[in-house]
This record gives sequence, structure tokens and C-alpha cells, in this order.
Amino acid sequence: MKPLTEIGQLAEHYDLAVVGAGPAGLSAAARASELGLAVLLVDENPEPGGQIYRSITTTPVTDRAVLGVDYWRGADLVARLKRSAAAYAARCTVWSIAPDVESDGASFEIGLSLDGRARLITAGQVILATGAQERPFPIPGWTLPGVMTAGAAQIALKSSAIVPKGRTVIAGCGPLLYLLAGQLAAAGAEIVAVLDTTPRRNWPAALGALPDFLRSPYLAKGLKLMAKARRSLRFLGGVTSLAVEGSGRLSTIRFERGGASESIACDTLLLHQGVIPSVNLSNAAGCAHEFDTVQHCWVPQLDDWFASSVPGIAIAGDGAGIGGAESAALRGEIAALDSARRLGRITIAERDNHAAPIRTALGRTLRGRRFLDLLYKPATQFLAPIVDDTIICRCEEVTAGQVRDAAKRLGVTGPNQMKAFLRCGMGPCQGRLCGPTVVELIAETRGTTPAEVGYYRLRPPVKPVTLAELASLPQSEAAVKAVVR
Amino acid sequence: MSRPRRSADVIVIGGGIHGCSTALHCALRGLSVILIEKDHAGRHASGVNAGGVRQLARHVAEIPLSNTSMAIWHGIAELVEDDCGFTSDGQVLVAENEADLAGCRARVEDLNLRGFHHEEMIDARELREIVPAVSETCPGGVISRRDGAAIPLRATQAFKRKASEMGATIREGVKVTKVERDGANWRVVTDAGDFFSPRIVNAAGAWADRIAADLGEPVPLEVIAPMLMVTAPMPAFIKPVVILRGRKLSFKQFGNGTVLIGGGYLGRAIRDENRTILDWGKLATNAKTVWDLFPIMRGAPILRAWAGIEARMPDDLPCFGPSARHEGVYHQFGFSAHGFQLGPGAGAVMAEIIATGHSNVPIDGLDIARFAQAS
Amino acid sequence: MFRPMSDAKSAATLSFSFDGRPLIGRDGDTVAASLLANGVDVCRETPVSGAPRAPYCLMGVCFECLVVIDGVGNRQGCMVPLRDGMTIETQHGRRQPEEMQG
Repeated sequence: MKPLTEIGQLAEHYDLAVVGAGPAGLSAAARASELGLAVLLVDENPEPGGQIYRSITTTPVTDRAVLGVDYWRGADLVARLKRSAAAYAARCTVWSIAPDVESDGASFEIGLSLDGRARLITAGQVILATGAQERPFPIPGWTLPGVMTAGAAQIALKSSAIVPKGRTVIAGCGPLLYLLAGQLAAAGAEIVAVLDTTPRRNWPAALGALPDFLRSPYLAKGLKLMAKARRSLRFLGGVTSLAVEGSGRLSTIRFERGGASESIACDTLLLHQGVIPSVNLSNAAGCAHEFDTVQHCWVPQLDDWFASSVPGIAIAGDGAGIGGAESAALRGEIAALDSARRLGRITIAERDNHAAPIRTALGRTLRGRRFLDLLYKPATQFLAPIVDDTIICRCEEVTAGQVRDAAKRLGVTGPNQMKAFLRCGMGPCQGRLCGPTVVELIAETRGTTPAEVGYYRLRPPVKPVTLAELASLPQSEAAVKAVVR
Repeated sequence: MSRPRRSADVIVIGGGIHGCSTALHCALRGLSVILIEKDHAGRHASGVNAGGVRQLARHVAEIPLSNTSMAIWHGIAELVEDDCGFTSDGQVLVAENEADLAGCRARVEDLNLRGFHHEEMIDARELREIVPAVSETCPGGVISRRDGAAIPLRATQAFKRKASEMGATIREGVKVTKVERDGANWRVVTDAGDFFSPRIVNAAGAWADRIAADLGEPVPLEVIAPMLMVTAPMPAFIKPVVILRGRKLSFKQFGNGTVLIGGGYLGRAIRDENRTILDWGKLATNAKTVWDLFPIMRGAPILRAWAGIEARMPDDLPCFGPSARHEGVYHQFGFSAHGFQLGPGAGAVMAEIIATGHSNVPIDGLDIARFAQAS
Repeated sequence: MFRPMSDAKSAATLSFSFDGRPLIGRDGDTVAASLLANGVDVCRETPVSGAPRAPYCLMGVCFECLVVIDGVGNRQGCMVPLRDGMTIETQHGRRQPEEMQG
């Protein structure tokens, strides 16, 4: 591995650029490099690992039991990258990917920033391995300090060995909720309650997918986690509403279960209702997306090799649809094989031969996923908040009621039009925290589906770049000419 | 629901601000209208432009239309029941040096001779009073005090909503594939069936040349993609819209603190895919101009950049008015990246021409016939 | 609002300040993690209503942890490694120009 610490160290051109150094990106970069491609792996975090293997090479957590065996497996992926010849730029943000006009679309122009300096480079192929983000969980008061995502607490634990201080409540649903509750408890956090919002009526739908789950690797793992967490923690199931109270900061979580209202005083509330693909970069790069009704989220349209609708851009890992860390690594390998084939480094037959055993393993890791998706599909009231005052766009402070009103009274039919009326999605997070909710609210108000409503058209830069960074980009001849029209 | 309407007094092709405005003004005159839009109203140039509502620095041939429009903008809420985000803090053309300033002076004198007084010279002192952040070295400029800005998509949709309220039929997501004669009517062939009308308005923006070609009036329309970018909220430091005389720049800070940066640098338009590709090299030049002129902006985070798909004519002037070849055909396109402000007024004038056969607002120089020999 | 685990690996300490208050952080932490570990509750005020906000996702998605670092505003605290001597300040909401220069 060739670590790059300054933007000037990047080459002008790579055969393949891989964005994101989680399991998918690490494997894709390593595999492609082993196949002889000139590979650049870029990631905006200080260390490789992505979120699931966050800080795997540097974590200050010493007791291996706290994070569990699955976490420590990430070390092998990083070790493999280190043995490869791939170039790796940490703390490097990709803010744009577009067809390179000068090469007539034969390669991609990639805009990057590192340490306040921006650059444009080119790459023949691109693999997006930008992973997942937590699904927005808009409840009244969720913007108050003291409320965080459960994933945030997990990141703080892995990278800094810190845990929430004082009384902590975890609320939501999904397999990761149990994992996290167990990890935090093992790390010594004072978890006073776990509020489970898994809708009971999900069970009938999920049961159809149970046979596969029973033969899946999730079963044993999941049961163990759940049993352990349930044994040691106070679990309250059937929670149907949540609201944060406090002035200036969280002081109480109020909730309803079985028709009765209860509340718990706490210092920290951790929210989680599953993860969804991060689509900002793939969307801005022009890749087509569709709404996956089982996972209830937007996913890129991909072929068997994870190639997107934009020839030359593949999407691997959870960004291609949620599959978990092990499947992410395998999907990264498959995408890398196809990149090598597209670049003419291996034949179709070689690609297929290499991929066959990986596909078998991938099938195994994905088995049972459908059961989890169906069981932990969030309740409607947590996707489209009922209380009109609930903020749904945290950047521009737009409420659920405003979106409903615009959809109804002004006849706004889609999220892109909504931007012009309410500014939702126009703040610095570029719709990451409001997009799914805005779509949900429009669909609900207009009596249609998220698939019909569509999603934001995302604009580059997908991460903000400063005016100074942009102004200092090397000037092309065409740009200079453009001044004199 | 009743069966969708298939014929009307007027069919407007294109749901940009021009098409929507013409549809509204026709409806206000009691004409039945069908507006056909292939995407949604304001999806392209009308929804994603810089929102400048500007009389400043317009071509003389456009000034009468622009004046008509400005009167409507200043009462926009009464017309469409939405203020369209319109604010009027003036627009300022900054001269960066003495040569620029001399050019400004000649222009304003010329306008005055023609009887137009909306542009006024300002000296360095007044320039800095109005635009305190501007670099110390600028010797003056021109101001148009009634100018301002609005929110483009919101404005376009407001015209659409009002047109619909006044009885116009709005068909979004319907694509016109062909226009042809059918007896006394025009047949507008779409992917949702045929529509009929004795009068059609070609307001199809960057796609208008295809309609014009169907009608035997080919035009040398160029499809362009002017780029814009917007920053995170900055401290309030500038009220009017600022444009430069020498370099390409259009600069506007909104009430919420965000700053819109444009100026006409072009990306690449792929009109058949509704898609544009940005040219970061040119945006870098655009950013450099801001970096030079407004030091306060240097650390501003750019949150989004985009380009709209627009039509440009070789002389930068629109095709506006009756067809040169056919009775009942009207053209309203090719606004060459400065049509947003003109929309409300152009719609009113077009409706007047359709309904009465003439308008007192002069539109000389905008006739499509000017391209007849060239093509 | 966060505290270290009892048996965490030790690391070099770094000095930094938040709104003028001298604080101690751990080498290897991000700015946002250091603020949380130091009990800092609020790191910014929104430009729309001035409401207080704290780090929310810690993975670069939400932009709630925006702070001013060494005079440069709008930095994502969760993406920036802490450095010795850093001056970190609350990112205030919409400001007047004179505050900007100050």
C-alpha cells in the first residue's frame, strides 16, 4: 500500500478509483491491485475500516470482548490492503464524479479535497463503496443536544473508547440495536432502558422469510446477541411513539406502549431504526436508483457485477443495498473483477472463474437478510412523523407539517420541487437527513408511493468545498478562454 | 373525473415560466388553454436559473418587454397569489477599471437618448455604500434600482397554479412528438394522444427548435447549460445583485445568507437525457473572480453547483411573436439565458397578440423571420 | 456527556481550547469526540433559528458538529483529527459582517 498524505501526491490518472475504505472498498482496492490495476483508494476518515470496522488499526479499546469477534475480523481486510500496491489517501473527500469531457467520456473526472486543497484527477473506472448511513429517525425533539444516533455512540466507542455518561436510553429497532446495546453495556455504559419500536404487525410478513433465516449465519449470531442483551438490560417492547423533552437539551424521553404514556429521565438518547444506502455520491454521479420496497429505501440499479446505469461506475457494499459487512467485502471483490475485465486486464472467462466461489459465499452471507428486513421495517409513524411540529430537515429546520401543507395546498408533487418552496434538502447535509422523510410525507399526503414520488436530484459538490479551494484549482485552457467570450 | 380536454382555443407547448405565463394570461382573457409540458413545470431553465429579475444591461430590443415584465413583477403576488420570493434591492453592474466605466457611461447615455431611464451611473463612493464588500479598486458602475431576484421554480409553479385555477388545463409529463396541420386546426401529437387547436404557442425552450423545424421554420438554436453554485449561509453583507462589466459574474446574497454565484460559464448539456455535466475548471475561474472581488467569501463552503438546459440564439435575442409562415402559430423561445425576468410580461404581451392580433409593446427585432435566410 | 472507558489504551494528550476554555484531548480523537469527552454539549447554533445543536451522527453525514477551527468556520468536527494547540469555537448562527472579521 502506498499511503498518500498530501493532495499533490495523487497521480493524474488511475485505472480505478475506489471511494470508501470500508469492507467493500478495502477488498475492491486490494483485489484490483492484485490484478495489476493502478488503484487509488480514497476515504474521508483518518483510518481505514469504514464505520463497521471503524478505527480497526488504532482503536483504544483493549478488551476484545467489548466489540466482539466480528469487529476484529476487519483487521484482515486492512492487512490485505497493506500488502497490495494500491495508493490510499485518508482524510480525502470526493466531492464530484462526472464523465471526463476532455477524454470524451472514456474516463471519469474526480474532484477531491485533502487538508483544504482541491484537485481534479481522472480514473478509467470507479467503484463507489460509500456504504450506508442510519435511516433518519425524526421524532419531536430529536434535534436537542443529548440525542444522537446509536451508530454515533458506536463510533465514539470504537475510535475513542468513550461511552455516554449518565443515564442512557436506546430506542428504535433493527439487529444493530441489539449489537450496540450489548457493546455499550459491556463497555460500562449505564443503559437504563431499550425502547423497542419493532412493529408487532411485521411478524406475519416476516414469517414467510423465516425458513431462509433459520439456515442463515445471522441466526446463531443474532440470537446470542439478543439473548445476551435481553438478559442484562431492561427491554420495553411495542413502543409506538417517542418524543424528546427538555429545554436546551434532552432531559426526558416520553413514549407510548400499549396505549399508555410513560417517560424516563435520561442524559443521552440513542436512536436507531436501521441503515440505508448512502446514495448522495451515486445519485450525483448520475446513476439510476429505484425504491426497494423490502428494505424500504432507495438503492442504485445494478447488474450482476454491481455495475450501475453509468458505464464504468460500479457500486459495492451496503451502498448497493444493505447486506452487512461480510457481503460487502465479497461484493467489493466481484466489482473489482469486473473493473479489471472492463479495462481489458482479464478475460470474461477469467472474471467468471474468479467470481464463482465468491458468489457462492455471497449467497450464503445474504441468506436470511430478507427476514430481518421485513421484521425490522420501521413503523409508518417513525418514517413520516405524525406530529406536524416535528423537524424533518435539520439543516433548514423544516417541519413535517410544512411538507404536508406544501404537498396538499400548493400541489408540490416531488422532493425537488419541495426544495424551492421550503428549502428542505438545501442545507449542508444535502438532504441526507431529510430526503427519505420528505419522500415519505409527500407520498402519504398525495396517496401515492415513495417510488412514484422519486428522490432528490443531488448536486455536486456532494461534500462542501470552499470557495478558496475551488478558486485554487489548476486553471484549464478552456476555462481561461471562457472568460473572453 | 371528466375526460381530459383534447382541444382548446390555444395550446401552449412548454411549461417554463414563459409557457405558464402565456397560459395564465390567455386564460385571463377568457381563452381556453391546454398547456403541455414533457416533465414538470419549471423542470429546466425556468426552475434552476439564478432568479435574477433584471432590467439592467439588457439588449435594447428587449427593453420594452422587460419594462412590461417589471411592472408585473412589482405586483406579482396580486397576479399569482404567491410573492414568488421576489425581493427588490436593485442590481448593480460593477466597473472594475476606467475602461469598464467609460463603457458604462456610453451605454447609459445611449439609453437616455432612446428614452429609457432605468439605468443610472454611480460613482466609486456610492458603489461602496451600496456594495460595501466590493474591492477598493472599482471606480463605479451602473444601477437599476427596481431590479431584484425571485425564486425561479416557485415563481414558475405559481404561474402554473394560477393558470390552472383560471381554467387552463395543465398536462405535465406529456411529450410532444410532432406538430402538424389538420384542417383549420393544428394537431399536436404527443405520447398521450393528439391535441387540437387553431393556435399554438411554441414555448419549448431548449427543445423549441424541433417544433420550429416541424413547422418549416428551422432556427439555429444552440443548447447551452449555464452553471451556478450556491454557498452555505454567510453573514449578511450585500443586498443588490452584482454583475460585472468586464468579467463574467453574477452574485446575489439571499435573505437567509446563502450566496448564489453565476455569470454564464457553460457546462455541457445533454438535452435528450435531461442531463448536464459541470465544468469544474470554469467554475474555478468563476470562484476566482469572487475570491478577488469579495474577500469575505474566501472561506465560504460551496454546497451545490448545477446547470440548467437553455436555448441560446446566435444574436442572444429570443424568437418572440407570430410565425413568419403560418397563421395561428406563435413563437416564444430562445431567451438565451436571460428570459426569467421577461416571463411574466412576455406572457401578457403574447396573450394580447393572440387575442387581439397586436400589442403596443414593441417587439421589433425579435421576429423568427430574421433566421429565415440564414437557415 | 461522554466519559472514557475504564481500561482504554492510553494515548498522548493534546491541549486545545473551546470558546477560550483550555481543554485536554487524546491524540487520535476527532474534534467532535474530544468535545463530547470534555462534556461540551453544544457546538453550534443553527443559522435559521439559532437553536443549539450537538454532534449527532459522528460519521460525516449530518453536519450538526460544524465548528470554527483555527478561525475557519463550517468544519465538520467529526471528520477533523484533533491537533495540539487547536482553537475551536462554537459556530454561531447567522452573523453580522463585523463579527466575521473579529
